[in-house]
Amino acid sequence: MGETTIERAAKATPPKLARRIRGLSDRAIAWIFVAPTIFLLLAVNIFPLIWTIRLSFTNFRANRPNAEVKWIGLRNYERILTDSDIWLTMQATAHFLFWTIVLQVLLGFALAWFINQKFRGSNFWTTVIVLPMMLSPAVVGNFWTFLYQPQIGLFNYSVAFLTGADPTSFSMIGDTGLAPWAIVIVDTWMWTPFVMLICLAGLRSIPDSIYEAAECDRASKWRQFWTITVPMVLPFLMLAVLFRGIENFKMFDLVVQLTGGGPGNITTLTSIDLKREAFEKWRTGYSSAYAIILFVTVFGLASIYVKALNRVKER
Amino acid sequence: MSAYSVTAPSRRQQWIAGVLVALYAVITLLPLLWIFTTGFKSPSDAIAYPPKLAFEPTLEGYVNLFTTQTRQTEAYLAENPPESWYEEMVHAKGMVIAGPSRFGERFLNSVIIGFGSTFLSVFLGTLAAYAFSRYRVPLKDDLLFFILSTRMMPPIAVAIPIFLMFRSLGLSDTHAGMILLYTAVNLSLSVWLLKGFMDEIPREYEEAALIDGYTRFQAFRKVVLPQAATGIAATAIFCLIFAWNEYAFAVLLTSGTAQTAPPFIPTIIGVGGQDWPAVAAGATLFLLPVMVFTILLRKHLLRGITFGAVRK
Repeated sequence: MGETTIERAAKATPPKLARRIRGLSDRAIAWIFVAPTIFLLLAVNIFPLIWTIRLSFTNFRANRPNAEVKWIGLRNYERILTDSDIWLTMQATAHFLFWTIVLQVLLGFALAWFINQKFRGSNFWTTVIVLPMMLSPAVVGNFWTFLYQPQIGLFNYSVAFLTGADPTSFSMIGDTGLAPWAIVIVDTWMWTPFVMLICLAGLRSIPDSIYEAAECDRASKWRQFWTITVPMVLPFLMLAVLFRGIENFKMFDLVVQLTGGGPGNITTLTSIDLKREAFEKWRTGYSSAYAIILFVTVFGLASIYVKALNRVKER
Repeated sequence: MSAYSVTAPSRRQQWIAGVLVALYAVITLLPLLWIFTTGFKSPSDAIAYPPKLAFEPTLEGYVNLFTTQTRQTEAYLAENPPESWYEEMVHAKGMVIAGPSRFGERFLNSVIIGFGSTFLSVFLGTLAAYAFSRYRVPLKDDLLFFILSTRMMPPIAVAIPIFLMFRSLGLSDTHAGMILLYTAVNLSLSVWLLKGFMDEIPREYEEAALIDGYTRFQAFRKVVLPQAATGIAATAIFCLIFAWNEYAFAVLLTSGTAQTAPPFIPTIIGVGGQDWPAVAAGATLFLLPVMVFTILLRKHLLRGITFGAVRK
């Protein structure tokens, strides 16, 4: 192809004139456009982070702004890492993370696989399934406490109806054995569609020609599933797990409204514990250190995971 | 799909898949349906055993949601006959309406903060995305990664210094403070989504406009913006839904004037325990706009959700 009109015109126009025609220089426009975003993110994200790091070495308490603030070095970190209660909240978080991810991956992948059979009305049902993840976790979580009520709750009634058990014999959010599962169920209800959508994108990215070739080689459907579908969706699935993992590590609103961390401390996830330390006990310095530890944990785990993800993608 | 395709699922397969998906969808919809119907139940129907599917609909939950009520003596009620259907409903319980509840205010706060922060984050996001998409910005990749990484911080961890910062700047419990905060939280998503949309607009259009004597800025406004309109709208909906649903910052940083609906709705309490029909009524009004948006704009929204995965 020859030169386009644009290229010819660009060459014909002397650079100085061109700049005058365009008003500001490209560089200036780029900076004017980007600067407000960077500034706001620095002010509301980075500056607070640095402040948190500084506070984490002090004994500052936000409810006593006039008290003397002492620099206590690594004492806060030391106390957190040797506190057995914190390990209990970590266990609660791990239980929550593990089971929500397992259930959401299994259900989400199955749903995506079924939807990808392109039956009539699949778009309509996809939209219906996606609804829960769009809603406010706090408002919905609060209403689930009603569904979980023994006797009058719809959840207990349905379980009783299906299994024949007495609906008043169990309380999903009042029983220490059941409460960890109560939060897993609601989170799975809410976020399975997210995993499903990402799996669906993965399934749709597989070209038909691969299956056609496999069909020519007389590979069984079962074999096609394990040697084509699963490996090709895996990077997508791993990405969905990453997003869910980060989100659920930060989990606060849904669980606070559902169980408030109880009964006892059985569903006190790290974010809920952190909120108590920071905004109920007002141990600001201590909770800053706590926040930094959580932050480093998420970043560390996420970056190890991303490395693994990239290795899978390269294969 | 051709009739001879070897890879197309069989009729029977499609049928089974359809039934299973529909079954899941119906189960998943039940809690939402329950919120909707509970809003129209009387308090005794709401806590009936077994749970009632058929009931006489009433607006009592909605009346309780929007008003505060106090108990009054028979004599007082007889002296002050009800003037409207809702007063009559309240009088029947031996109560009078003392005034409007705070739900209206809280809902309005959600609207103001939601739309305010959405406008700002889309406005700033559009500018930044355009620059990242079209110009050689120094340290572009680092800046883009920095913008994305701000999304990974747990809200409670950021909330501690923000709480202190807002307190010293006088921004705590103000609309401006919350708008600023939600804008910052949404900006990363907004920049990344919009950059994707802008990358897809052919540069030739703008170049042609520049040759026609438009300045860069005019070309951006009159050529790029109209082309990116759908993408901007989809991004706006995402930002709006986030700000609308946000709870952690709202519950920590607002208590009165600027409190949004999510921290408020769970605190609706009736006489003797939580007033579930009123809570359900509030939840219905609050969740419905998002559901409608989701259904109307499903294509763009679904694209936005899978965005991170599809774009490698």
